[in-house]
Amino acid sequence: MQIYLPIAEVSVNAFLLLGLGGIVGLLSGLFGVGGGFLITPLLFFIGVPPGVAVATGANQVVASSISGVLAQFKRKAVDVPMGVVLQIGGLIGSGIGVWIFNRLTVLGLIDVAVQLAYVVLLGTVGSLMLLESVRAMVRSRRGVVRHLRRSHHGWVHRLPFKMKFRASGLYISVIPPVLIGMGVGVLGAIMGVGGGFIMVPAMIYLLGMPTKVVIGTSLFQVITVSAFTTLMHAITNQSVDILLALFLILGGVIGAQFGAILGGRLKAEQLRILLALLVVAVALKLALDLLLPPGEFYTIYPGLS
Amino acid sequence: MWGRAIILALLLALPGMAPAQTRPETERVVAGLSHDNIGITAAFNGSEVFIYGAVKRNAPEPGGAPLQVIVTLEGPMQPLTVRHKSREWGIWLNTSKVRVAAAPSYYSVATTGPIATILSPATDATQRISVPMAMRGFAGPLEVDDARPFTEAMLRIRETEGTYSLREGAVHLVEDTLFRADFVLPANLVEGDYKSRIFLLRNGVLVDSHQAAIYVRRVGLERWIFMMAREHAPIYGTLALAIAVLAGWGASTIFRLIRN
Repeated sequence: MQIYLPIAEVSVNAFLLLGLGGIVGLLSGLFGVGGGFLITPLLFFIGVPPGVAVATGANQVVASSISGVLAQFKRKAVDVPMGVVLQIGGLIGSGIGVWIFNRLTVLGLIDVAVQLAYVVLLGTVGSLMLLESVRAMVRSRRGVVRHLRRSHHGWVHRLPFKMKFRASGLYISVIPPVLIGMGVGVLGAIMGVGGGFIMVPAMIYLLGMPTKVVIGTSLFQVITVSAFTTLMHAITNQSVDILLALFLILGGVIGAQFGAILGGRLKAEQLRILLALLVVAVALKLALDLLLPPGEFYTIYPGLS
Repeated sequence: MWGRAIILALLLALPGMAPAQTRPETERVVAGLSHDNIGITAAFNGSEVFIYGAVKRNAPEPGGAPLQVIVTLEGPMQPLTVRHKSREWGIWLNTSKVRVAAAPSYYSVATTGPIATILSPATDATQRISVPMAMRGFAGPLEVDDARPFTEAMLRIRETEGTYSLREGAVHLVEDTLFRADFVLPANLVEGDYKSRIFLLRNGVLVDSHQAAIYVRRVGLERWIFMMAREHAPIYGTLALAIAVLAGWGASTIFRLIRN
């Protein structure tokens, strides 16, 4: 069944969209990530213009994050004050990100910038995760107890504007979380991702938050930031395709539930290795596209820029 | 004796040279379209358009060069930018560009025979019939020394995509009077006014031409969504978010109920 997307101005198969949404949902259910890092490149691949893919991807992240955060609230695994502080940084970052996105679009560098951002981030995060999970698996085989290194009690704790974050058991300055939120907000707006895959390690290793509240808090802050990104893209670029979002979301919410069921049957380390391999594979594919000579050296862009 | 010979010679010569100059009304084209408006609905998956017509004559058909018909179908004009990639710091980046003021979003040419033999370059230049003629001028000053590779690339890419095409022999001409050409409009159609042109040619020279328009519009849900996104962007953005929130909340609620 073909469906004509009114904003993307392409006709695509509705089941393909449901399938893509489903795969991404499956992953988000399995690994607790928004899946934006996968959906945006997949949308490029099926011919959705990059601008529409990024904006609509952000919209889909809102839906999957809400679905996820509700479950986390039930487990009391959300640090609301920390989430709000991260969100303030995130909103500023998102505004800056949309501005950068529009500048890069005018310069004709947006495709390369998005691809480069994906390669660098996914490559780094993926390799680190892969190393970490392989090490964890080796350790658990040998039966060694793992010690998680908390953040260094150095300069971070001498910063002003300290605040108490009860759920995380932290008394730290708001500056580091605001900066982290900002960084993720900028990336989210440019890449159409929620940034969970950067936010989660940053919260554990940089802020020293306990792992049990990290996913819930990350999802909580991603909702506002990606909602703001969606709204900004809708207003400044008119590039959110509701029909496209609807099919992705529909597939995504179903996939997420299957993911959660499947996730219950696999071991945590196996899951992490699978996710790491997937992230590295996406990064490699995008890196090859940038490094290998393209089949066609010319590209047509609509409009004068 | 001489007088009769001259009249005879004139009579024989007339059909070959006369039509375009002295008696343009000898052969006229009358044409119709299978439909003059196309609605893009959510289920839109391309469309077929038949352009058919007849040659009306108020005198017997002139001999000499055979009648040739070219039918073109042209989408709305759009500005575009063609960018060229080159290797910088080890990666492939867009480095130079040519800005085209107007190029049709779709352009298809159907002919009764090989275009090089049935259409003279002079007629092509004035009427802008062949595919390379579809592009109209550059926007602003050129930033590259030679724009030709850029325009050639544009035509090549669009021909590969199927949005530009030349189909020689695709006009079926019956008894030098009735003709018909079929066009398949792609699924990723751009909204706007499509222009169809019909050219009657003899000896590569224009005998008569005809123009008709096809209106392509989004309809129903597609129109509503598009207008909303353009004219009420803040409301549209909020609506997109509302759908996401509702779907996210709804999904987690429904599946929780199923599990319990």
